[in-house]
Amino acid sequence: MSESWQPAAGREIMQLRARMLKHIRAFFDQRGVLEVETPLLSSSSTTDPHLSSFSTRYLQQNLYLNTSPEYCMKRLLAAHGDAIFQICKSFRDDELGPVHNPEFTLLEWYRPGFDMFELMDELGELVQMLAANSGLDHSIQKISYADAYWQAAGINPHITSADECLNCALQHGIDKPVGLEDDVDEWLDWLLTQLVMPTFPADSFTFIYGYPQSQSSLAKLYKDRHGHTVAARFELLYGEIELANGFDELLDSNEQRQRFEHENSRRVALGLSSSVIDEALLKALQHGLPACSGVALGLDRLLMMLARVDTLERVIAFPFSRI
Amino acid sequence: MLDGDPCSITENILVKPGKGQAFNRVKVKNLKTGRTLERTFKTTESVEAADVEDIDVEFLYTDGEYWHFMEPQTFEQHAADSIAVGDAAKWIKGQEACVMTLWDGAPLSITPPNFVELAVIQTDPGLKGDTAQGGSKPATLETGTEVKVPLFIDEGDVLKIDTRNGEYVSRA
Repeated sequence: MSESWQPAAGREIMQLRARMLKHIRAFFDQRGVLEVETPLLSSSSTTDPHLSSFSTRYLQQNLYLNTSPEYCMKRLLAAHGDAIFQICKSFRDDELGPVHNPEFTLLEWYRPGFDMFELMDELGELVQMLAANSGLDHSIQKISYADAYWQAAGINPHITSADECLNCALQHGIDKPVGLEDDVDEWLDWLLTQLVMPTFPADSFTFIYGYPQSQSSLAKLYKDRHGHTVAARFELLYGEIELANGFDELLDSNEQRQRFEHENSRRVALGLSSSVIDEALLKALQHGLPACSGVALGLDRLLMMLARVDTLERVIAFPFSRI
Repeated sequence: MLDGDPCSITENILVKPGKGQAFNRVKVKNLKTGRTLERTFKTTESVEAADVEDIDVEFLYTDGEYWHFMEPQTFEQHAADSIAVGDAAKWIKGQEACVMTLWDGAPLSITPPNFVELAVIQTDPGLKGDTAQGGSKPATLETGTEVKVPLFIDEGDVLKIDTRNGEYVSRA
């Protein structure tokens, strides 16, 4: 219909995006959270085996585009200790689909002195404020990863096995993806998307918190009320679409190094190249990061929800198909 | 290549939990059987690529067992069996520009032109007065295929047919 030089998103969406950004800045300004900028280029790449960085170069020096601004923001936290937020582009290779664009806009913020639940509350207030400004009224529910799994699948995700997951999939008529064998975390990811997330109410926000220890990434660990060690990690979803991921941040530089190295060995086992570990972040952790929680919110997906459309193409002026 | 057959991907949806393992839900069309199936893969999985290509050909003739086609530029000829020709046999009589899909260099399928023009060799005369009611009747085309046509069509008329649904479009 429209020609390919033209933007994919209409003027009204552009206006809605500008309004959303203005309201976000006002929200943090009122709360005394400082807006910062950190580089998009980095000399290290993510070790997360499920993420892939774009690589580029400055003359002969290899550089990578950030998959999120996390590491530099933590270096600022270690140096100054202020509550900070940033709105920036992030880049992930090999992620393209109705709710994935390889280049996307993140809002990331850090709150010294907040635990995971306090940050979930603040995130909830932000998204409900933005929804209300768009004339939408959405409720928020909070459920632990374990309870969500138990209710939808009858599985305790903290002690389950690949066999139990396979049986559960068969019982519910869910196919077994080619290549998915005996890795419990991969099974949990698969059943989460196919069985657990579809049980969440379609037009409201859901927080899931307390992820399996093996999926802790950069989060602290804690014991839940059943005595299982779980990650102080949460996600915010709207319907089945993930909007945000947050942590009560890990502070221990030695453990962080071990997790980076463990992730790198998983990358190698999966046939991926091992990543350059961010030594500057580890030094900042050694210097001392204030106890804090942090979260990254995908603003393009949030805008999808505010605009009541179901693909990213409708809310990004020039999505990947038009660059 | 899936289960030993060449397939083309018609839809590929990324399923990815935020920080977790990604999966691709893929819809593929089996190029041998034409059937569509759905399969999910871990994103890191790979399958063998099928050596499949499309070439433009002109239909020459059939000897009853094989249908013979020619590449107009090189005059190279290809013989396709009835499985490869499939439904295309219903619509081609000679000289039509078709697309031939080759797998490892051998004909896999034939796609006829979207529209063909074929003469009616047999149809019952339409009854007088029936034209206004928009009724239809069967007619046999020169390729032996039977189609539904309006009542005013006579033997010897040349018809334009849409090969994708096998429906009468107009008199040519």
